[in-house]
Amino acid sequence: MSFINYSSREINCKIVYYGPGLCGKTTNLQYIYNRTSPTAKGKMISLATETERTLFFDFLPLSLGEIRGFKTRFHLYTVPGQVFYDASRKLILKGVDGVVFVADSQIERMEANLESLENLRYNLQEQGYDLDKIPYVIQYNKRDLPNVASVEELKSLLNPSDVVPDFEASAPNGMGVFDTLKAVAKLVLTELKRGR
Amino acid sequence: MADPQLVMYEEEFVQIQQVCDKLIRDANALVVFIVDKNGQLIATSGDYEHLDTTSLASLTAGNIAATGGMAKLLKENEFATQFHEGEKQNIHIQIVGQRVILVVIFDERSSLGLVRLRVRKANEHLNDIFESLLRKVQDPSIGNSPFAEITDEDIDNLFND
Ligand SMILES: Nc1nc2c(ncn2[C@@H]2O[C@H](COP(=O)(O)OP(=O)(O)OP(=O)(O)O)[C@@H](O)[C@H]2O)c(=O)[nH]1
Ligand SMILES: [Mg+2]
Repeated sequence: MSFINYSSREINCKIVYYGPGLCGKTTNLQYIYNRTSPTAKGKMISLATETERTLFFDFLPLSLGEIRGFKTRFHLYTVPGQVFYDASRKLILKGVDGVVFVADSQIERMEANLESLENLRYNLQEQGYDLDKIPYVIQYNKRDLPNVASVEELKSLLNPSDVVPDFEASAPNGMGVFDTLKAVAKLVLTELKRGR
Repeated sequence: MADPQLVMYEEEFVQIQQVCDKLIRDANALVVFIVDKNGQLIATSGDYEHLDTTSLASLTAGNIAATGGMAKLLKENEFATQFHEGEKQNIHIQIVGQRVILVVIFDERSSLGLVRLRVRKANEHLNDIFESLLRKVQDPSIGNSPFAEITDEDIDNLFND
């Protein structure tokens, strides 16, 4: 949940990247980190295993500029995608303002995508959030690989009503990464405007 | 939504800052900061220029969240206090009013006993301040979010550079 600070004239929002193991959540944040000017970002923190799998979370603070004299800051988090880290995923969803679901486009990962999306919906519900009502975008990642499902297939599986903004991406080379971030940030700010 | 929106006003901010400044002196500590449970930094006091307080805030919240998860599994309400002892510096972490976290960093010029004592006092003050802040936030007669007025254009402009 966003934090409005009248004293320092700042607004802070929390965005969480969710998705199955190895789908590319950490890679999204790394790309954003590498392509953001030093004045607009803080340090990126990764709590990871020795094999670079996310253990608890990645964290990247970004500042986007000012709206009406308020500095807008976004705190980006990733969850650990591996199934058995569910307790940690729940903790990271606390206070979330916007969610990016990163799907792995490879055909053999369809089951994992579906499972993770159901897990997201369930864990949000536990905290009193409804995935259909909060700022939410989908990213179909790994489009550069040969063994991928078509976007139509992915859509019919993960975005059947087609109301969620979705983006094709290839996170290591940045395709779609900032489009995804901007889309969710916009939704979050629009939600703030409504004052919930 | 799950929790009421967290808002900080100038009046309460000044009070919170005063509590932190006093705690630094009374506890002979190096740094004091206050973080909300979601990792947003609320106030900082002491010699923190060389510290990455944003990262510390997020890690503190992660730490408290993880410990809170452990507490739940043990059917405990929460572990309200934590202490980490280093070679040169120590960290004392205290949950205040179930909503925010008070962190004190100190070295050999202070002691755990002194820090505990002073934190207890500060905890009471902070509790009162945050309670009145919460009441204010939930009071519908107090002005709306400044973001009620922003336009789609304002939002677009953020992304145009
Ligand atoms: N070819 C290709 N590889 C990718 C893409 N995105 C991520 N990868 C690779 O996939 C592997 C896993 O990426 P991570 O970003 O660590 O995955 P993650 O989602 O954070 O995984 P967990 O932390 O376990 O949940 C890395 O080797 C990445 O380089 C992509 O779009 N295309
Ligand atoms: Mg990861």
